[in-house]
Amino acid sequence: MRPVTRFVLLLGWLGYAIIPWYLPDGMSLTEFGWLAGYPFGKAGSALALALSGTAPWLLPIGALLVLATLQLGRSNAASVGRILIGAGLAGLALFFAQGFAITLKGQGLPTLAALLGGGGADTAQGGMGFGAFLTVLSLLLLLCHGLAYRGICRGDIFTTSSIGIIVLLIGLFIFYPVITILRSALVDQAGAFAPAAFFERLFSASIWGLGCVTANTNCGVAWNTLILAVLTGVTTTLLGLACALLILRTGMPGKRVMRLLTVLPIITPPFVIGLALILLFGRSGLFSNLLYEWFAIPRSRWIYGLPGILLAQVLAFAPIAFLVLIGVVQGISPSLEEASQTLGAKRWATFSTVTWPLLKPGIANAFLLGFVESMADFGNPLVLGGNFEVLSTKIFFAVVGAAHNQGQAAVLAFVLLAFTLGAFWIQRRWLGGKSYTTVTGKGDSGLPTPLPRRVTWLAGLVIVPWVSLTAVIYLVILVGGFVKTMGRDYTPTLEHYKTGFSIDFSRGLYFDGSAWNSFFTTIKLAAISAPLTAIIGLLTAYLLTRQRFSGRHLLEFATMLSFAIPGTVLGVSYILAFNVPPIEITGTGLILVITFVFRNMPVGVRSGIAGLSQIDKSLDEASTTLRARSFTTLWRVVLPLLRPALVAALIYSFVRSMTAVSAVIFLVSAEYNLSTAYIVGRVEAGEFGLAIAYSSVLIVFMAAGIGLIQLGVGERKLGRRVAAPVAATPAPAPAIG
Amino acid sequence: MAKAGPASVEFRNVSMRYGSVTAVDNVNFTIEAGKLVTLLGPSGCGKTTTLRMIAGLEIASEGQILIGGKDVTKLSAADRDVSMVFQSYALFPHMSVLENAAYGPTVKGLGKEVAREMAMAKLALVGLKGFENRYPSELSGGQQQRVAVARALVLEPQVLLFDEPLSNLDAKLRRRVREEIRELQQNLNLTVAYVTHDQEEALAVSDRIIVMSNSRIAQEGSPRDLYERPANAFVADFIGDANLIDVTIKSVADGQASVAIGPATVPLPSRELQPGPAKVAIRPESLLLSKVQDASVLPGTIRKCAYLGNHLDIVVDTPVGDLFVIQHGHPEMLEQGAPVWLSFAKSGVTLIPPA
Repeated sequence: MRPVTRFVLLLGWLGYAIIPWYLPDGMSLTEFGWLAGYPFGKAGSALALALSGTAPWLLPIGALLVLATLQLGRSNAASVGRILIGAGLAGLALFFAQGFAITLKGQGLPTLAALLGGGGADTAQGGMGFGAFLTVLSLLLLLCHGLAYRGICRGDIFTTSSIGIIVLLIGLFIFYPVITILRSALVDQAGAFAPAAFFERLFSASIWGLGCVTANTNCGVAWNTLILAVLTGVTTTLLGLACALLILRTGMPGKRVMRLLTVLPIITPPFVIGLALILLFGRSGLFSNLLYEWFAIPRSRWIYGLPGILLAQVLAFAPIAFLVLIGVVQGISPSLEEASQTLGAKRWATFSTVTWPLLKPGIANAFLLGFVESMADFGNPLVLGGNFEVLSTKIFFAVVGAAHNQGQAAVLAFVLLAFTLGAFWIQRRWLGGKSYTTVTGKGDSGLPTPLPRRVTWLAGLVIVPWVSLTAVIYLVILVGGFVKTMGRDYTPTLEHYKTGFSIDFSRGLYFDGSAWNSFFTTIKLAAISAPLTAIIGLLTAYLLTRQRFSGRHLLEFATMLSFAIPGTVLGVSYILAFNVPPIEITGTGLILVITFVFRNMPVGVRSGIAGLSQIDKSLDEASTTLRARSFTTLWRVVLPLLRPALVAALIYSFVRSMTAVSAVIFLVSAEYNLSTAYIVGRVEAGEFGLAIAYSSVLIVFMAAGIGLIQLGVGERKLGRRVAAPVAATPAPAPAIG
Repeated sequence: MAKAGPASVEFRNVSMRYGSVTAVDNVNFTIEAGKLVTLLGPSGCGKTTTLRMIAGLEIASEGQILIGGKDVTKLSAADRDVSMVFQSYALFPHMSVLENAAYGPTVKGLGKEVAREMAMAKLALVGLKGFENRYPSELSGGQQQRVAVARALVLEPQVLLFDEPLSNLDAKLRRRVREEIRELQQNLNLTVAYVTHDQEEALAVSDRIIVMSNSRIAQEGSPRDLYERPANAFVADFIGDANLIDVTIKSVADGQASVAIGPATVPLPSRELQPGPAKVAIRPESLLLSKVQDASVLPGTIRKCAYLGNHLDIVVDTPVGDLFVIQHGHPEMLEQGAPVWLSFAKSGVTLIPPA
């Protein structure tokens, strides 16, 4: 048995014999009152509880740990492997069986509970805690190590363990909640199985109606969502591409400003853009007023509906496309373009035959991101929707509205999922099996080709209005916090900031502003979840692209599924799934961190896959033949070359955590309130000034945070020659302000 | 660090399948310790897959692979004492030359100083002293190749693998580098498996050559064996130039066959063939222009004659078809249409089984 397996066993025993098995109420790391009665009682360890007869169903799990421990001294890899696989599998099965069979009184699976020694429907146990977590982790790793001992994945423990952990996490925090909510699609309000009701809901006219074509009514909510998502996807991709090309391939002035401007919308909570658009273009908006006074153009409500939502979404999501595409444009080896030019191709021919096809995977990814973001967006349709309903808002109102119809929400989620999965399938078809490796092991040399003039003009033409509108919007947001009431009373004031962020120095340092609590909570949780998201996302991308194992396509499908679940659905499903044992974590900060991680993981996966597909596989192989194991290869070769992807993943998950609304609005509690939920509350209460002031504080803070991350990770060293001053590109600007 | 020294490599009935495609089909061979063995063949013949199976980058679907007598069939690349020089060199673009070369000992945990020393020694060996702090992109193709070799050598592996190491170099450099590789292999007493599709390169560097065709081994032997005694038409044609002619074996006695090549009758080693139809492979330099006219020569007329400095390329029209002849030394040019008689040299004329 290898040392690392011994360590895993030690973890298992820690979790089983020492650390409290359940998650008791009132647990904290500073006061230990909740530990009363240890090792028995609510905070008891599994070993004590099992032996004392309180929870006899935990005993077999311990027996399996003993079985694994008996292998300590043995060195025959194959037979130790077989026993570890057996013990791990049986342990996991028993663990989950008891977890789901024995929950609250009268719930769970009574027959299975009796079989495990639980004594029928009366037995109950609380939510699993840290002891249980360590034990299940240890059992899983024992299984994975056993598989590696048997030669699975070329005997690489790191690979099998990573796969195991990611499969478990995705299973617990993606599949289990989704199954929970889809289950409620198939039952009626009373909880009985009702497939007829399901089909009736699924094909109802409110979802698929074509009223806007045939008659003068509204179209079905599915069509609305689809049209909006396609428009948003196409527009954001084009904008992002234009911007990436202009920044990297031309001598355009004001590049730094461009970078700053394109990043601003990402660090803005999405509904804030909607809000600013209303303040600008609404019936009493700034522009509407001007147009009315100067040209007598009547005020209208055009901003409420498809045009408004589209505008807000494009402003909000184009920077994401930009971040994806700038990495891809950077990764295109200049020597390929130089090759094309030496073959007699003019700039335009080079662009259309070499550069463009190489950009295709990035473009597909960017479109997919825009498409799915639009479908999942909840803030903007909420603020700007008017009569234009989309799936996400409809799901939200089905759950929290007067109807409280979980079945309806589940059916709508089903439709949404079909759309996003469809988008993914189309993308795969388009890309096919082409190879896009452009960073090879041979040191790249050459200078990037400047853009053809036509493309430069086109790109510039698209970008200028976007940039100016963005500038105006941020002006409104920044100024809005310093005036009494936007649109009516422009008297300067600091009142809004005082309410939210005053600090009282009279009694030491006391943060007595009303916003501080949610602000600190948000920062803490976002800072915890960003690195976790990046690690899990990039690790998944690495496994998917660089390792061959059976079930790889299933894993890919699973990560894609997590991508496809809109925040509203995820939030509701987490409430349903994690409000009762075996995993009872609603109301804690943990559930928010988990939500952030699994909401943002797909971004890490996507940027990781895009980055990895540009790194020649022979680099990995060279590292392997020099005796580096998978982990070392990942750490020393792949990760340094993946820095742009890492930056994107870190920035994006940090910022998304801070600006997330849709998923967390169900999950915040009094103790763990988040900035966005607080701001939405202010908007509902009509305190626009405070809402906008808080938003600008968030924006400034996130800009600073991004700057720090950027500094910490640094730029990718590709060893390319820096272009001579004459050849258009001056020294590369730091990526993001 | 205990040096393991060179080790032998043995393949026992090894096959590699990807789905329904068989890349390597039931292959057996042994590479002796301290020898340089070339896997030679046209692209797609399975030679690179074979090399990657030695490295452990592909795990064989069937059969056994032994390195130094130890079964490594299921062992991962990181667990085998084998290094590889990649066709693309696969230098880590974000590391300097020194960091690239020191990568092996560094990830093995040998400590920065030791790793640096080992890397410096091997860099000096390949003549790259003074380039330690450059990045791969700042080196020429030949220099990058040397870094790749140094990096593979640093751990002093039991087996060193080369995957078409010269394919990215220009011709002059190719000749020099292949000599350097051979010298290095002999001086350091390394076991080397070398993949190439260039028969001249293979002949120049190898102790033994394994010729592969269609996922199988077509012939294995020393360069001289393969050139002078090809086992079949594929090998005869692939290694060097050969005139392949349909012939008839008239009789066999004491291992000598009497062979009818057109109107001529020639005694040749029978190579266990029986009387009947066969083929003969004749090297162009083994056809001699003869003055004598008897039953052992083949009459013909000159079709083409080209002057190439140190030799003449001649095409002769004969009763068995056009034959390609090379005349070394400084003979006179021959007139087109002139009658000639071709006799057969003692070596370079080989009977092979009919296709």
